[in-house]
Amino acid sequence: MQTYDLEANGLRGLNAALQELNGSSDKTAWEIVNPKGSHAIAVGLNSPAEVTIKGSTGYYCAGMNQQATVTVKGSVGPGVAENMMSGTVIVEGDASQYAGATGQGGLLVIKGNASSRCGISMKGIDIVVHGNIGHMCAFMGQAGNLVVLGDAGDALGDSCYEARFFVRGSVKSLGADCIEKEMRPEHIEVLKDLLARAGADAKPEEFKRYGSARKLYNFDVDNAQAY
Amino acid sequence: MDSNNIPRTVPIQSATFSNPINAEIRRAAASGIYDIRGGGAKRRVPHFDDLLFLGASVSRYPLEGYREKCETKVTLGTRFAKKPIELDIPITIAGMSFGALSGPAKEALGRGASAAGTSTTTGDGGMTPEERGHSSKLVYQYLPSRYGMNPDDLRKADAIEVVVGQGAKPGGGGMLLGQKISDRVAQMRCLPKGIDQRSACRHPDWTGPDDLEIKILELREITDWQVPIYVKVGGTRPYYDTALAVKAGADVVVLDGMQGGTAATQDVFIEHVGLPTLACIRPAVQALQDLGMHREVQLVVSGGIRTGADVAKALALGADAVAIGTAALIALGDNDPKWESEYQKLGTTTGAYDDWHEGKDPAGITTQDAELMKRLDPIDAGRRLRNYLKVMTLEAQTIARACGHNHLHNLEPEDLCALTMEAAAMARVPLAGTDWYPGKAGF
Repeated sequence: MQTYDLEANGLRGLNAALQELNGSSDKTAWEIVNPKGSHAIAVGLNSPAEVTIKGSTGYYCAGMNQQATVTVKGSVGPGVAENMMSGTVIVEGDASQYAGATGQGGLLVIKGNASSRCGISMKGIDIVVHGNIGHMCAFMGQAGNLVVLGDAGDALGDSCYEARFFVRGSVKSLGADCIEKEMRPEHIEVLKDLLARAGADAKPEEFKRYGSARKLYNFDVDNAQAY
Repeated sequence: MDSNNIPRTVPIQSATFSNPINAEIRRAAASGIYDIRGGGAKRRVPHFDDLLFLGASVSRYPLEGYREKCETKVTLGTRFAKKPIELDIPITIAGMSFGALSGPAKEALGRGASAAGTSTTTGDGGMTPEERGHSSKLVYQYLPSRYGMNPDDLRKADAIEVVVGQGAKPGGGGMLLGQKISDRVAQMRCLPKGIDQRSACRHPDWTGPDDLEIKILELREITDWQVPIYVKVGGTRPYYDTALAVKAGADVVVLDGMQGGTAATQDVFIEHVGLPTLACIRPAVQALQDLGMHREVQLVVSGGIRTGADVAKALALGADAVAIGTAALIALGDNDPKWESEYQKLGTTTGAYDDWHEGKDPAGITTQDAELMKRLDPIDAGRRLRNYLKVMTLEAQTIARACGHNHLHNLEPEDLCALTMEAAAMARVPLAGTDWYPGKAGF
């Protein structure tokens, strides 16, 4: 286990060291202490490292992650795991805005609540939020799964494409072109797998599924009020 | 008097309700959708044509055209990047997406730019291997949609351009209509084939200059602080946007005026939002000077650059380089008269064809149609672009030498005068034959 004191040694040294692991090093387990809300911690990782951050972080923690598993023993600022390609990011606390924004792959687990725009423009990432999510989540979501064990705020899935949303609690309102959809056996299977991987104690049958009505995919003047 | 002999009032067309306006009203009434088109503003606005160089005289002596050197090199990204971009000429190729343009067109842009010693730029939709392979210096655009965005491509880039806005539609997003969404474009953008693809007008994970500073930090950390980071803004509030981009940590500010093109946007947006390029440059330079960052943070100006004279004028007003988009497409073969019969079948004519979003471009440039694409030979087209870039450079050098300068960057506002009051006010150079411009202190 490598221990890195971020306050003492600085951000550049940390990210450079983590990015240089490239899969061949045996120093794959890292513990970062004293993050103190710093931005851009553990960004651009591209190997199967195991990184644990002991404390809360600022913006873009684990941004553009590939392969690595990053665990935050605290809460995260805006844009955690933004544009993640693969790997796993686990947040023990709460997440601010834009969690998992534009993510293309991998799994983001938030054990607390997630603020607004969680999963905005998601492009294949899987996100599991144990608590509640704020407004405008998964806006323009293209692909992937957003699972919410708690409640969803206003305008869930506004202008979404093919992303899928599973919510166990209430949904304050659905966004433009987002509708409730039938939960078929294949969705139960997807959900079961995601809940297990996210360590979530919930049954797939307790969830409702939402997604695109696909009425805004091509412009129609009769839908002008929705644009 | 015989009423038949009374002269009749001649028909008078309304300046307000002109035939083009009336045609648009009828089109809107029939279709229920606003007009979408490509290109930049077509209306007449004050432009570089409204400026003249003064040339050398008794007070200044010129350089010999074929004997005395006039340098053209420029380095972009000297502020923070470990590897600034060094260009042979101060004319770059602006961002245009694969999707909006065909693969061969992107390849041709890379070939032409590389042969001329300059950079080209990706666009919405990501980086293609062809484009990277044929571009010796490639700027990777980081856009709100993040279509095709991935850290591997980010690290392959020679510079990163964070796009906040563009001149054709400052404050607006984009739209790639379904007819141009081929299998490959759909796959790169992670969207179903054939649907209209919207590009957001704001970045999904930051708002405002304070956030932008943190976003730039993240991009630098991911790319090891190796490459320059540009910030591109549409021409709206150039003084403040430039100042804020500098504050956020940009290495380069790219400023795009309303004549700058787009692949597809509402005509009403293109023609009615934003500032003419000429009006943008001096406020941006002023912001850099006020911050003590002129020439430390480089300024790239785009929007309606067509000739070496335009290049020289932009540089004289304080820009470090220019970028061209529409002009580059014309050099490749866009709107070529040899396709006139086909333009007419599309209800348009050479020089006016702007329905780039429909994917039916007879020149094979703004299309994803496999048959139309074959019409563009990327090697020949790249050669034409190289030639054009070389000619523009020679033209700019000709002017600089005539003004007595041994580097294009030594051109200065004092080399210019304006033909109109509007141009004088915007460029802050004297009206021809006077020492006055509107707004000048003391008058």
